[in-house]
Parts: sequence; structure tokens; C-alpha cells
Amino acid sequence: MMSRILTYRELLLAAIIIVLIAVFAYRAPGFASPESLANIFNDTAILIILALGQMAVILTRSIDLSVAANLSFTGMAVAMMNAAYPGIPLPVLILCALAIGAALGAINGFMVWKIGIPAIVATLGTLTVYRGMAFVLSGGAWVNQTQMTPIFLDAPRTSVLGLPVLGWTAILVIALIAVTFTRTVFGRTLYAAGGNPTAALYAGINVGRTRFFAFMLSGALAGLCGYLWVSRYAVAYVDIAAGFELDTVAACVIGGISTLGGIGSVGGAVLGALFLGVIKNALPVINISPFWQMAISGLVIIIAVLFNARQERRKGRLILRDAAKQRPSLVNAQAGGAAA
Amino acid sequence: MSVVQAAHHTLTPLLEMRGISKAFPGVKALDQVDVILYPGTVTALIGENGAGKSTLVKILTGIYQPDGGEILVDGAPVEFGNADAAIRSGITAIHQETVLFDELSVAENIFLGHAPRDRLGLVNWAAMNARAAALLTSIDAPISPYTRLKDLSIAHRHLVAIARALSVEARVVIMDEPTAALSYKEVEDLFRIIERLKKQGKAILFISHKFEEVYEIAEHFVVFRDGRSIGSGLLSQTGQDEIVRMMVGRSVEHVFPKVDVTIGNTVLKVSGYSHPTEFDNISFDLHRGEILGLYGLVGAGRSELCQALFGITRPSAGMVELEGRPIALHSPRDAIAAGIVYVPEERGRHGVVLQMPIFQNISMATLGKTTRAGFLRQAEEFALARRYAERLDLRAAALSVPVGTLSGGNQQKVVVGKWLATRPKVIILDEPTKGIDIGSKAAVHAFMSELASEGLSVIMVSSELPEILGMSDRVLVMREGRMAGTWRRDELDAETLVRAATGNV
Repeated sequence: MMSRILTYRELLLAAIIIVLIAVFAYRAPGFASPESLANIFNDTAILIILALGQMAVILTRSIDLSVAANLSFTGMAVAMMNAAYPGIPLPVLILCALAIGAALGAINGFMVWKIGIPAIVATLGTLTVYRGMAFVLSGGAWVNQTQMTPIFLDAPRTSVLGLPVLGWTAILVIALIAVTFTRTVFGRTLYAAGGNPTAALYAGINVGRTRFFAFMLSGALAGLCGYLWVSRYAVAYVDIAAGFELDTVAACVIGGISTLGGIGSVGGAVLGALFLGVIKNALPVINISPFWQMAISGLVIIIAVLFNARQERRKGRLILRDAAKQRPSLVNAQAGGAAA
Repeated sequence: MSVVQAAHHTLTPLLEMRGISKAFPGVKALDQVDVILYPGTVTALIGENGAGKSTLVKILTGIYQPDGGEILVDGAPVEFGNADAAIRSGITAIHQETVLFDELSVAENIFLGHAPRDRLGLVNWAAMNARAAALLTSIDAPISPYTRLKDLSIAHRHLVAIARALSVEARVVIMDEPTAALSYKEVEDLFRIIERLKKQGKAILFISHKFEEVYEIAEHFVVFRDGRSIGSGLLSQTGQDEIVRMMVGRSVEHVFPKVDVTIGNTVLKVSGYSHPTEFDNISFDLHRGEILGLYGLVGAGRSELCQALFGITRPSAGMVELEGRPIALHSPRDAIAAGIVYVPEERGRHGVVLQMPIFQNISMATLGKTTRAGFLRQAEEFALARRYAERLDLRAAALSVPVGTLSGGNQQKVVVGKWLATRPKVIILDEPTKGIDIGSKAAVHAFMSELASEGLSVIMVSSELPEILGMSDRVLVMREGRMAGTWRRDELDAETLVRAATGNV
């Protein structure tokens, strides 16, 4: 399952994306040109990176609603650092972004692991808190293009082999995350802890700590995206990427990452993000209003959830059947509970 | 074996179940059972864990549909397609763990799903509370209908459950181990209510392990064993010994090929092990090559004891020594490192990650062995998985298929393989053969013997007497969280164990 590069489901999603591109290209010639496709990928790079962080969290049966707020705070922080101390080298700023993001993610993880707050509640709280912190930090002021150094702004835009560094960054992150999820102990524990927390516990895996590190990873990637976003749009203000956390969740859901944990592939999350990216880029090209874009994105998410729900229900029956096989009395008792 | 024929009864049966069968994949839960209930009479349903009692209850309450046989109410055949149909036929059950709603009031709990309505179709609260109060008074329950359920004791919750059962005009009341969580005094109160229900002409099916209670409250009995009705009749004409024999009776020796193993030195020494709520002052030694059977009724604290030995729950007192050295068990990781592993009862829930491939499940507890610097080495994982799959004769299309696609017996092998891969000294098997067919059972037992002969020490939790009697070198019986005694293999007999476990000395 995880060892295979693309599953049937991902092939289907890839095929849908290709068909979409073909349809759009028919209506708007040039949409499928290499430059245009590179542009779409580049536009989707940040969503891809965030979706991969989100995926780590979702795999452990949690959710991180604070990624966009984390992005906003970290982006503001590095932009202000850059404006105030133009001498700090860019790699140091990027490391700072990763570290600040990871720290904010660790706060989420700590609350979920040690205090036992449900992830959706904890990160709903920090969603507001981190944006508030961004406001406090900046006093509500913007950091404008003119205040940032050229290298801070230009690095992600530099084109290498026809793709900007921003796009290459996404490719690098995809590769690193793919290796991490499929080839490391941490990756395996993510799947195990989410797939069956009890079995994972019994196998000596610390489920809470695994969740903590998933949140930290998500936070670090959000921090990185903070820099990328501010640099790409050449401005930092409190409300950047407002609501973007929902896009990351949507990308994961469309890509087949089960919200029940333990199921999903890096390829799926990336394709989910690309799907949203293609829709967002294509609809304006064929003169469909942005409001339609939102409606269509929403519709697609619902369809994807239905698709997932059907798959998971099938899985559920299998579990029930096996459980019934093992101990009819227990299943009966539960069914009795539901029926009584 | 002796089968007591149902005594001639002058009353006409209220409910008859004839030749009821129910199979689940791989196991026949009920095989042609007959149960007859008479109005104004308590019938006790007696049997070991897994004898099919709960399945029968679920069929009677419409949750399961039988594969064969018929149910007659007042002599007319009925079919229960769902729970509602059974309730409308006047059959209601009070479950082992009462299924009620903590945050709702007593009256709401009693009338959930059939609350009295007013003309607009809204809940008629005044009528509901008044009727709830009347029902509670009718069973002498000193409970206000307005109280929230979470504020009630367990005994009072039972009374609410009974009131709920009566609120639907039940004629047949099934009580599935209603006294399990009750004190002596509360049981007395419950029995008074049952007497009252009898006078109202209701037929009661009373499921209990406790003979004392059965003889006090019931007139008729039915004994189930391995999904069959073995005997039935009048309790006044049947002695306890006879019922115990019906529950147990079968020749044990042939089914369980326990190989004699030379018992070695003490491996695990548990002294004064206690838990705040689940068990108290448990002490035993486990030797090299020994199989220690852990017998008791459901809820006796056996699984809880094992979970503490595996570091999942913390004991409040006592100590564990492994090969002479005291060990601290704060997490399963500690236990695995020390060489203690636990194969849980519910494989799907506790044992495997169903959507993960077989090889990843097998390597899950040994990730340190198949990795280098945090990176997985898939070739080694596969080699490890292949080794244990071959050893356990695991049947699968490939080691990369999800465990969820395997049969129950093969899933069990994955779990066992995972634990053997850690090279343990002590292996705890919780109900190792529950719900698997007789052939697989024999394989599991042969394998346990093999493990023991290789020097592994085994703790086997089992509720199946034949398995306990056949496989154990020694048996520790637990009752209500305490040790009821230990017996050596040559001292074992079924009746002693049942008496120790049920408290009928």
C-alpha cells in the first residue's frame, strides 16, 4: 500500500487532473504549455508544502488548523527581521522561519500530547492566538516590498531550468517527506499510531510523542511557507493566507488522506493540492468568477469526502466481520447498545 | 452426558425458540438451540463464556437474525427484522452494561425513542415525567425522574434500565448478568423486583454465572455449551453438580495435545501485585517452559493483570522480578525490552493495524532491529516477516497485502509473529483461541506447546475450561480481582476451577 508509488486512486486523481488540463487547454489555448504548467505548479508550491505537513498530522488522527496562522506569524517575523536587520544572511532567516514554525507547532503538539486537548480544539485556539501574535508583533503595520532586501525577495523567484526556486523547494520537500514517511521509523510510527493507536501502543510506540512530532513537522513546514509567502507576494501583513488552513485540509482529503488516520500517501496529498491549484488557475482563464471557483472547490471536497466515506465504510464492514468472527458477543453488545 | 428433559409444565409457553442456529464466518455461535419461556417464570440461561448466550439474546432482541429455526410468541411464529420489531412483540433486554445516556434525565432515559407526544407532536414532558415516576414507584425505585443519570449509582442505573424495559409493555424481560456490578443488598432489591415482575405474568430470561443467585430466583434452567442447548429442566430437581457437569462435560485430553516439557527455573516472579481498582495482591511464579493458565469469569481482572504486567496500566503496589532482577514496567516499551510480550484478546482492535501490510505489522515491535540510523531497511523487514510467516504457516497472497484482508486465524498469526520477532522470555496470550475454529485451535495449542518446549514461559488467559485444563501446567484462578487459588496440573479438575471462579465452594 505505502510501498507502491501510485495507487489506483491516485492514478484516477492524476487522470482527472490531466483531463481537466486538456479541457481547459481546449477552451484557452496555451493553458497546457510548459510555461503555463510550470506556473501552475509554482503557484501551488506553498499549498503542496503545507498539505504535506497537514498530512503528517492527519495520519496520526489529528488536525492542524493553525498552519495558516503559523505561516502569517512566522512570515511577519522573518519579514520584520529582514527589514530591521538587512545584514542577516538569507539562510539564517530561513532557519529562523523553520525554527519559529516548529516552535509554534510544538505548542500545538504539547497541548495535544501532554494536556490531552483534542487537536481540533487546540489548533482552533492557536489559530486565533498566532494571528493575534502576528498583530501584536507588527502593531498591525505592513512590511512592504521596499523594506525587504532584494535577495530576500528574489531567491524564490529565481528560475532554474524553467521552474522558479519556489517550485523546486516544493519538489525538494516532496522528496524529503516521501523518504521520511516511507523509509524512516518516524514515518512508520505515523501510520501505525494513526492506523491503530492501541496496537501501536502495544507494540511499544509512543503515540502521543508521535503526534507531537507530527505537529512540529507541520509547524516547521508552515514556518518555511511563511517566508516563501511573504517573499512571493512581497508583502507581510496580519491577514496573509487567511483561511488557507482549510485548503491544506481539502488537499489532503481530496488526495485520499483518511481523516480517521493511518491511511494516505505523499503522492495523494500532492495530487490533491495540484488539483486545487489547477482549478484555481484555470477558472479565471476561462472567465469563471472567483465565487464559482469557491463553489467548485467546495463541491469537489464533498465529492472526495463521499468517495473516502464509501471506501472507509467498506473497510469498516471488514473490521466488523472480522470482529464478529472473533467474538460475536462483543459486537452484539455494541450493536445492542446502538439499538437499545 | 445426561440431558434433563424439560419438565412438563401446565402453563402454555409465552415464548419458544426452536432449533435456532446462527453462524459467523468461521464459527458456529448457535447450533439448533431450544429455549422455552413460560409466563410468570424465571428461566436461567447458564453456560461458560462463549457458549452462545449473548448471541441468543441478540437474536431474541432482533439485533441478529437467525440462520435457521423459529421463534414463537403465544404459539405464533414471529420474525424480528430489527430491534424495534422485537420490542413491539414485547421482548426487551437489560444488558450487562446498561446502555443509557449519562447527560439525560431519568425520565428521558426511560422514554427515549417512545416519549409521549402532545397534539403538535412535541414531547409531552408532564406526561413523560408522570409516567416515569409511576414506573419507578412500581418497582420501588427511590429515584426522581428529573435526576440526571450521571448522578445515579450503578444499582440505580439498573433500576432505570428495568423501568425502561417495562415502559414498553414488555412481556419477556431478558436480564444479561444483571447482578455483575451490584452489591449483595442491591441484588436483594433486584430480586424483589423480579418477584414482582413474575407476579405480573412476565417471562424472564436470567443470565448469570452465579449459581447461588440462579437457585434463589429461577425455576427453570437451560444450559448452553459450545452453542448447543445441552440440558434444561427444573432447578428444584437438578443439583449444582449436575449443572456444572453439563457446562463442562466433554473429554478434554484428545483436543489439547499438551506436550510435557521439563519445567525450568523461575523466570518471572510477581509478588503482591495490586491495582487501585482492578486486582489486588496477586502473587505467582512463572518458570521456564511453563504454561500458566489464568482462569476466571469475565471481569475477574485477568486481562487487567496482564496489561499491568505489560506496562499499559500502573499497579499501585507489588513488584515484578524477571530472572531474579526487579524490573520497572512503565510502558509497553519497557516490557518488550525486558522480554515480556502481550498478545491481546481483540486482535483487530489491539493487535494489528489492519490497513498496514503484513510485513510492516510483523516488524512493528522490532523496528530497532530492521533499521539503521532511523531509516527502515525494507529487505530486512521482509526477511524478518518471511521468517515468522513461514514458521507460523501464515497463509497470504503476499507479505505486502494489508492484514485486514486476512482471515481471523491468519491475523492472529501476524500478531504472534510480531511478538515472537522480539524474542521474548515471557509471552502472555489473552484468549488465544477465542472465536477461531477447532482446527486452528489445535494448531495454536500445538504451537504453544512448541514455544514452551523451546523454553519460553507462557501465561495463557482463557475462559474456556477445556483449554485451561488441557494446556496449563498450573492454573491460577482469579475471582473479582483476587486470587482464588492455584492448582498444579495433576490437581486439576473442571469442577474445582468452576467453583473457585464462581465462588461456589
